[in-house]
Amino acid sequence: MTTEAGLAGPAAGTIKAETAETLGRKLDAILLPLVALIVGMLIFSIFLLFLGKSPIEFFQIVYKAGFGTPFSWTNTLARAAPLLLAALCVALPARLGLVIIGGEGAIVLGGVAAGAVATFAPGLPGFLGIILMGIAAAIVGGAWIGAIGALRHLRGVNETISSLLMAYIAIALMNHLVEGPLRDPASLNKPSTAPLPDAWRIGEIPGVGVHWGLAVGIVGCIVCWLLIERTTWGFAARIVGGNVKAAQIQGLPAGLLIIGFTALGGAFAGLAGMFEVAAVHGSANASLAAGYGYTGILIAFLARHNGLAIIPAAVVFAGFEASSGLIQRRLDLPDATILVLEGIVFITILLSDALQDKVSIVKLLKGDRT
Amino acid sequence: MTKIWTPNRRQFLKSTAGVAGLAAASSILPGGIARAAGLTVGFIYVGPKDDYGYNQSHAEGAAVVKKIPGVKVVEEERVPETVDVQKTMESMINFDGATLLFPTSFGYFDPHILALAPKYKDVRFEHCGGLWTEKNPKNVGSYFGYIGMGQYLNGIAAGHATKSKKIGFVAAKPIPQVLLNINSFLLGARAVDPTITCQVIFTGEWSLAVKEAEATNALADQGVDVITCHVDGPKVVMETGAGRGMYLCGYHANQSKLAPEKYLTGAEWNWGKVYTDMVNATLKGETIPNFVRGGLSEGFIKMSPLGPAVSEAARKQFESTQATILKGGFSVIKGPLKDNKGNVVAKDGEAFAETDVKLESMNYLVEGVVGSTS
Repeated sequence: MTTEAGLAGPAAGTIKAETAETLGRKLDAILLPLVALIVGMLIFSIFLLFLGKSPIEFFQIVYKAGFGTPFSWTNTLARAAPLLLAALCVALPARLGLVIIGGEGAIVLGGVAAGAVATFAPGLPGFLGIILMGIAAAIVGGAWIGAIGALRHLRGVNETISSLLMAYIAIALMNHLVEGPLRDPASLNKPSTAPLPDAWRIGEIPGVGVHWGLAVGIVGCIVCWLLIERTTWGFAARIVGGNVKAAQIQGLPAGLLIIGFTALGGAFAGLAGMFEVAAVHGSANASLAAGYGYTGILIAFLARHNGLAIIPAAVVFAGFEASSGLIQRRLDLPDATILVLEGIVFITILLSDALQDKVSIVKLLKGDRT
Repeated sequence: MTKIWTPNRRQFLKSTAGVAGLAAASSILPGGIARAAGLTVGFIYVGPKDDYGYNQSHAEGAAVVKKIPGVKVVEEERVPETVDVQKTMESMINFDGATLLFPTSFGYFDPHILALAPKYKDVRFEHCGGLWTEKNPKNVGSYFGYIGMGQYLNGIAAGHATKSKKIGFVAAKPIPQVLLNINSFLLGARAVDPTITCQVIFTGEWSLAVKEAEATNALADQGVDVITCHVDGPKVVMETGAGRGMYLCGYHANQSKLAPEKYLTGAEWNWGKVYTDMVNATLKGETIPNFVRGGLSEGFIKMSPLGPAVSEAARKQFESTQATILKGGFSVIKGPLKDNKGNVVAKDGEAFAETDVKLESMNYLVEGVVGSTS
């Protein structure tokens, strides 16, 4: 009965200690990053004070431009859409212990694959075209990142370095293709693939003002969370992430899992490229290399590679970025200001990881018991 | 403040009221909601405003506009050619009440400006690059300058300065605008000495400092002693070139500050004049034509003042050629002319004026240029 005495409130008696601990851990998982976010913002405020700018005004503008009006939300969500898919390309392999930072490569090649489908089969009806573009982008993105997983497993090549370097190769390959074999001769001063037929263009989610890539991103995050946390495949993947040798001794197909999950991550990044082409640009060109793959790394780490947590992390970061312009215009601060804020928040949230299980509700509960 | 302006202001008051209402509802209102009178003009740049290049040339134009009474200028730099620029434009319209926008990067036009223009019919979108056609929305316009003539004049200064008879060009991408600049530079130099050759290196990107430095060094290693470029920010090429003892011809903006002794001259944009004209027209309630272009004689382009390394002979030829160009009707690309693969690109007696649309699909390097478009 001592355990129950530790819990406040009349309902406490009916909650089992284990449930309380799980609940406490869940609260920890939400509260710690939140507190870290606020601490990061406070540290950033000190920088602002040194510059003679008001932190209150700064965060009011961030709120207004990122979340304060319906337009702000459209702005934020439009920026979050590619980040959700880009973050999955980091988060999924990370659960197997792989640090993949070259999702940018899968994004640009996924976009080129979509552009190539439109170049070679423009006569198809819109629905089929979109499906085909999606499949092509997912296959190309999946193969690109899957190859990195394969190199890691079969040849012991460091996946962090190889994925980063392969992102540069991917961008060079994209430039070669859109300026060479896939170039639309009519695109004179901005080499691009042939424009997508109108019926192939992906529109906006009604009432939201953001293209369907956002919905696909959110569904993707939820599916990945279910896959990792609620299926035997995900369980096996987490064991591989804990210790490859132990997993192999248990008879788990470590190689298949590593290649499969990296390829799945790459497929999501490829889809992000497809949505950039089909919903935003209308053709594949050098604008595809916009750095979403790199912002995705930050978001995946912030979310601790948890699919569900990627959604709020991407929205917060997208909100910061949505406010960057108004910050420049109203406070006369340089465009890098928001990058500094993002960097500080990133570091404080990562540091808060170290505090996990030291400062926590679970600990408090246990403390009460003694 | 007549017919064009009135609906804009009404629209703007409406949106301001909306924003103020929302802000009041959430009891949060950062200071500085844009004022309801006067014209707000938005400038958007793809890179930093102080890049000594393309973006700086536009920011200098914006600085001139700032001085016009009753005009408020809002600016944003380093805006990528993605959905970001659409949101920046909408943010300027919604939060600042901007009704005249200058999104200056080439890649902002299609699809971004074209996607927004139908949504904001009371806003005027003016894009740098000359892409507007009759099919596009009427509240969109494009403007551009014939800067090839500037590179031709650069070539004359270079032709006099080179001792090795090898001049160099660091280029971003083999697209028509860039090819015309390279060809003009070489032809300008050949107007001085027809044995001069021009080595070109393409970096593949508009802004990639490492490759620009490598290319400049590679050209210096090959004996090139005068260099120019067509990349977004010529700073790296100019500083690296000066460090290797090369003479410099500028591009986009005036880079003489970076190496005053080595800087011969430069082909500069003169956006201050173009923007002033457009803003004044808007203030008077006139409609800006959808398609605006000009060269040296229209004041869209200007040359940097000649540097101390320019010889007297060079000065004379430079000034007489400039005077000829200003009279109009001058052609850089004229026959007989072959490309560097031996194909005839202009027959004897054939000449392409700077306004000729055929030049806008240029896909060759002229004889004397060492390099390849693919």
